[in-house]
Amino acid sequence: MIRWIIITVLVVGVGATGIWGYQEHQEKNAILIQAENTYQRAFHDLSYHMDLLHDKLGTTLAMNTRQQISPQLADIWRITSEAHNDVGQLPLALLPFNKTEEFLSNIGEFSYRTAVRDLESEPLSEDEVKILETLYKQAGEIENELRNVQHLVLENNLRWMDVQLALSTNDTQSDNTIIDGFKTVEENVKGYTEGNFGPSLTGTSSENHPYQFINGDDLTEKEALNQAKNLFQVEDDIEITIAKSGEGAEVPVYSASYQADNTHGYLDLSEKGGHPLSLMINREVKEPKISLNEGMENAKKYLEKHNFDDMEIFQSSQYGNYGVYNFLYKQGDVRVYPDAIQIKVALDNGEVLAFSSKDYFRNHQERDIPDAKLTVEDAKEKVNPNVKIQDQNIAVIENDLGEEVLAYVFLGVLGDDTYRIFIDAITGIEAKVEKLKNAELKYKGSV
Amino acid sequence: MGIKKTLIILFLAVGTITGVTATHTSKPVEAFSQQIIQQGAVGEDVIELQARLQYLGFYNGKIDGVFGWGTYWALRNFQYEFGMEIDGLAGPTTKQKLVKASQYDKNFIRQQINAGNDFTYYGGTPKENQVKKGKNNNQQQGNQGNTNQQQQQQQPKQENQGNNEGAPAQPTSVNVPSGYSQNDIQLMANAVYGEARGEPHEGKVAVAAVIINRVESPTFPNTVSGVIFEPRAFTAVADGQIWLTPDDTAKEAVLDALNGWDPTGDAIYYFNPDTATSSWIWGRPQIKRIGKHVFCM
Repeated sequence: MIRWIIITVLVVGVGATGIWGYQEHQEKNAILIQAENTYQRAFHDLSYHMDLLHDKLGTTLAMNTRQQISPQLADIWRITSEAHNDVGQLPLALLPFNKTEEFLSNIGEFSYRTAVRDLESEPLSEDEVKILETLYKQAGEIENELRNVQHLVLENNLRWMDVQLALSTNDTQSDNTIIDGFKTVEENVKGYTEGNFGPSLTGTSSENHPYQFINGDDLTEKEALNQAKNLFQVEDDIEITIAKSGEGAEVPVYSASYQADNTHGYLDLSEKGGHPLSLMINREVKEPKISLNEGMENAKKYLEKHNFDDMEIFQSSQYGNYGVYNFLYKQGDVRVYPDAIQIKVALDNGEVLAFSSKDYFRNHQERDIPDAKLTVEDAKEKVNPNVKIQDQNIAVIENDLGEEVLAYVFLGVLGDDTYRIFIDAITGIEAKVEKLKNAELKYKGSV
Repeated sequence: MGIKKTLIILFLAVGTITGVTATHTSKPVEAFSQQIIQQGAVGEDVIELQARLQYLGFYNGKIDGVFGWGTYWALRNFQYEFGMEIDGLAGPTTKQKLVKASQYDKNFIRQQINAGNDFTYYGGTPKENQVKKGKNNNQQQGNQGNTNQQQQQQQPKQENQGNNEGAPAQPTSVNVPSGYSQNDIQLMANAVYGEARGEPHEGKVAVAAVIINRVESPTFPNTVSGVIFEPRAFTAVADGQIWLTPDDTAKEAVLDALNGWDPTGDAIYYFNPDTATSSWIWGRPQIKRIGKHVFCM
């Protein structure tokens, strides 16, 4: 009897220990993942901030007026401190990385000093511009190295916990890509002597205005279904599901979708007026047969067919087997940046795969565009003299405060980079300077 | 009648000659495909365009096969210098003028690009001197000798040169949406795949759009990585599913979202109504349901 009791107690005990052990194990894993995530976040943030820093430094080079440069430098100061902070969160304590940190604080100090100075009475000296140029170049190199390490980390699923382990056990044998990468960055920095975000296709409007310009009668579900059929261009026998948006929606829409063979379609129609806000058709796209240019012609035809008049191509890019086009509304000679439409075209057969008119419907109206007070020549004077202006036009854009202003747009080159510079056509203020993205090198991933 | 006949004969003759030359020359000196090349394009035509512009000294950038701003200005300068209409498009006339004015050694370029070499292609300098070999490649031995042969385009010998011979060159750069790097895209694709891999395309785009909406929202971190790794923000991050290898559909969804598509109507939260336990999330104003997820403000 006693024996059985003991056995039962022991069995229960062993079982309980097992369960407890398993729970501990689960908990430990959860905590490990969380710690890993914190490291990953700091690391990816660091690469991003270096990227941003590089861009901001480059943009500063193309700016001309104090109203633009001071806030920009203040922003650079903020980003360096963020990047510095990111470095601090990485388990690099045992790795010499102090030169890079020094580099960051140098940029920080320089930008702070110049940001708080009255640049009106004491503009950037030639030496300071030179310093900016070197900082820009060096930041670019660091960014490149970090992006490369980042690529390897993502490609090979590398863990920061392993780095920590390798560093703390002084394990020099296993070659650790992350450690090597950071050492390269550090080495490069040693060689140096003293020394907004958003698909910034300015096309899209940075402010999310309410959709105030959607008009027309309310659509019934049946009408919406017909409209959807029309836009999807599908046979009658294909079943389309349709649903109304909930109370949280900013603008009430009907969402329609269908599934046929390998094609899947999704569409948002505004309940008022039945305007197509967004269309997506997903299917496998084969090797390109037509050029980006032909794709653009198809996109143009599509816009005409759906009664979007006076749209002009603004930007086009090929991503693998499809092309993405950005169109802007043009009122007379004036391009209207906030009224943008995006179209995606499959380059295997030229079909329009996707369409988004959100920005357009948020902002579009017939505007009362004032006459420019400045001549083009006046405006050109306001541009940084180092920038070689290549092209110019006039446009309605959104300034930093989200207000629409009329501005001269200059496309210019400084060094290897192209900039878009906006000069307010009424006040002559340098409203915005943008560095335009170049293509990115493919990182060659192999360990 | 007579004229017609002569015309036909002429056509025939031309036809045969072309046919004959085509069969005789293993690789005729071909230039560009039919397409009009415009900014943003990617591919071998762009490589040829950049190489030809560089040969003439208009283009100083890298020959990478992506028609970016550098190529655009180079092309416009070329059009200006040659008295053409300046439109930045490589149409038939422009291409013809380019071909006439410059040389393009397709095999040489292909070889350099496929071997990952750092090279330039200026006219007037021996091209062998313009090559810096890539770090990890040793397929380039005997390059010097080969290039000599390649210049005599019609020698059948070139057929049995190194094995990367004639393989179409892939561009060495890619277009990325402004403000993002391939790595940001990859990280987002990881998150999207972990969170929504069973969902239809719009469901994936929706998750990516929520990430972007959060980056832009003042109440969330300002970086993609900050949003993704924010503690307790995404289940796939908390349980490690984010480290599954994403497929191409996740990547395409991310690109769509970055290029401006947002099927959610500016949502910043979403949840799976079958598994969501928090009553707080049910209280958010709902926008719509896509696939398994409900999106809300």
